[in-house]
Amino acid sequence: MMGFIWFWLVAVMIVGYVVLDGFDLGVGVLHLFLVRTESERRATLASIGPVWDGNEVWLLAGGGTLYFAFPLLYASAFSGFYLPLMIVLWLLILRGVSLELRNHIDVGVWRALLDGLFGLASALLTIFFGAALANVLRGVPLQADGYFFLPLWTNWQPGPQPGILDWYTVIGGVLALVALTLHGALWLTIKTSGELAARARHIVNPLCLQLATLTVISLGATIFVREDSLDNYFNYPVTFIVPVGVAASLVGIWLFNRKAQPVKAFLSSCLYLFFMLAGACWSLYPTLLPSTTGAERDITLSRAISGPHTLAVGLVWWSFGMALAICYIVFVYSRFRGKVDLGVSGH
Amino acid sequence: MTAELIHRLHFAFTITFHYLFPQLTMGLALLIVVLKSVALKTGSEDWDRAARFWGRIFAINFVFGVVTGIPMEFEFGTNWARFSRLSGGVIGQPLAMEGVFSFFLESAFLGLFLYGEKRISKLMHWFSAVMVFLGSWISGFFIIVTDAWMQHPVAYDRLPNGQFEVLSFWQLLLNPWGLLQYAHNMTGAVITGSFVMAAVGAFYLLEGRLQHYGRIFLKVGVIAGVISSILIIFPTGDLHGKYVARNQPAAIAGMEGLFHSEAGAGLVLIGQPNEATGQIDNPIVVNDALSFLIYGTTKAEVKGLDQIPQDQWPTALPLLFYAYHIMAGLGTWFALIMLVAAFLLWRGRLYSARWALWALLLSFPLPYIANTAGWMTAELGRQPWLIYGLMRTSEGYSNTVSASNGLFTLLGFMGLYLLLGLLFTVLIYREISNGPELKAIAVEAAHAD
Repeated sequence: MMGFIWFWLVAVMIVGYVVLDGFDLGVGVLHLFLVRTESERRATLASIGPVWDGNEVWLLAGGGTLYFAFPLLYASAFSGFYLPLMIVLWLLILRGVSLELRNHIDVGVWRALLDGLFGLASALLTIFFGAALANVLRGVPLQADGYFFLPLWTNWQPGPQPGILDWYTVIGGVLALVALTLHGALWLTIKTSGELAARARHIVNPLCLQLATLTVISLGATIFVREDSLDNYFNYPVTFIVPVGVAASLVGIWLFNRKAQPVKAFLSSCLYLFFMLAGACWSLYPTLLPSTTGAERDITLSRAISGPHTLAVGLVWWSFGMALAICYIVFVYSRFRGKVDLGVSGH
Repeated sequence: MTAELIHRLHFAFTITFHYLFPQLTMGLALLIVVLKSVALKTGSEDWDRAARFWGRIFAINFVFGVVTGIPMEFEFGTNWARFSRLSGGVIGQPLAMEGVFSFFLESAFLGLFLYGEKRISKLMHWFSAVMVFLGSWISGFFIIVTDAWMQHPVAYDRLPNGQFEVLSFWQLLLNPWGLLQYAHNMTGAVITGSFVMAAVGAFYLLEGRLQHYGRIFLKVGVIAGVISSILIIFPTGDLHGKYVARNQPAAIAGMEGLFHSEAGAGLVLIGQPNEATGQIDNPIVVNDALSFLIYGTTKAEVKGLDQIPQDQWPTALPLLFYAYHIMAGLGTWFALIMLVAAFLLWRGRLYSARWALWALLLSFPLPYIANTAGWMTAELGRQPWLIYGLMRTSEGYSNTVSASNGLFTLLGFMGLYLLLGLLFTVLIYREISNGPELKAIAVEAAHAD
């Protein structure tokens, strides 16, 4: 029971991270090609300025939750994905610093460099996160002691000795790039005005179409790579609501964007991300990290779970702390609701 | 080079660089609350501008602290997997609590403090400053709790699979080691904040510009500086030292360079530990002082390294000795200069005493050195243990990550952090040259709209 609860609590943290930091990563990607004038750039950055580092906290809090609820998984996955994680850390550093630096530097060439760095780091991060999730779904070559070490790529095939990147995880990366770019575009339609908002609204349609296509491809690919991915769904047919939710939220994005209801379109995109991630978690449950070298080496819930007292105590403070955190977050977002005001941007 | 050494250096380097930023933000957070409180109470626009100026310095430090802090949580898993696997149930807890209880609070209210001034009332803006302060100090608390459990494990049990499990949540949070270390450490952060603020004030006065702000910064910096410089020695340093002596005799023996147990042990002020001969070369010693400092009597016996099995000696003896002596020596200097500055301030002569202003200006890097040396003392003193008495450092690193993979990413971090350090210097230099007035006028104009 505790295992079930904590599995889904960690899933909630991941969804929270992707939904929230997802839009500022997407805004970063769009910053590369959608935004043209200096005042548009300032509006774009001001739309995420007050919230981006709060959004990134979900990654830290999620990592911490994973650490104490499933120490074996944390230890195995973090050391096994050593190289890509270090690259992710470097990208997070470059992204955060270039964003902050831009507020302080008014020399054109430097600004252009920082804008490029910020956009590129954002795009690469979305790809890495997508590929990371695909790695977990595909499985890794776990040794008998529960550890592994993955090279960046091998023969690009998701076989028993895969690399971080193979054709399957690349699909995951591209899917995440498109999904979060779309998510960011919808955020910009809410937060900005004028030509920029119009342009953002205009690219929603093609992105939506691409995303729908990629969603179908990735679903097929997942079933191809892991035949048992649908077992949970067939055992509990009511959970087929998840793929239905994915399809419905895609339609919602398209429809609400067409009717110029940006908030509803953005919320549909949040739902899309929620259903996709929840669906992926459910296809794994109760496995946490499948092994490509035989199911007996899978890291399962019962193998990785912390001691009972740890989890019971954790449940108390976690619920209390997250309830508090959600209050601050709602408060801050409500203070900054509405279109970006360029009167005072930055600090 | 062994993988163990590389993983140790990896963590040590990244955390040392990281802690350059939080020590200032935690100290400044308190001082910004002071500035905002005076502004709120007196309605003085100057104090508000001063608060905004330090808010910008805070923001730069905060971002650098955040981006260099994320790797720290990751490295528990990436570089110290075997340790994390066994200890996650205990120390994963405070680490997760830091995110949940502190970072959400801090980031939410910092966004409001920096970007929202014209969207909220003055009282609410003051309240955001208080919340940012609270958030950053809570964050420090959870990190200290984590470290304190590794230094002095309490309230744990071992499950059949070898994992550690928390027995009492409150005992984990109220670990006496942690409370003492927290008091000492946070005082150290306030020292950094005070010296930096006083140094910028001294800089403006010596430059002969923005003197009005220079005086505000000096006043706040010196008053906070003199209080924290005394508190760092007594009671926080004193109590913490006594607690370490009782619970980690090997660490104290290493810090003090005490090779042989002695009744009426002397305090070595200066010297070089010689591991080959087992004595201190060219020492200057205060007789009986060490016994007195630890046990309150000059006759008490202090345990030397000779009573401790050699495989439990701290692994880097001279480094531990130097780190500790640098911390203690600088601590003495802080108290001295701040007392003099506070006296001059009281007599109304500080603002024109150029020699004192120069001394304050030149002293600003020293608290960074002292805080770093203090942490080195704590962590080197814990060696060869990762969890004191329970798990050796050699049993904790990720053995699937080879030495040269670790070296690769360590070098990557070094290069990246060199770049960050340069950028940081440029940014802070610009903010200080611009001073509190340049942007303040833009903000106030927007206010008037």
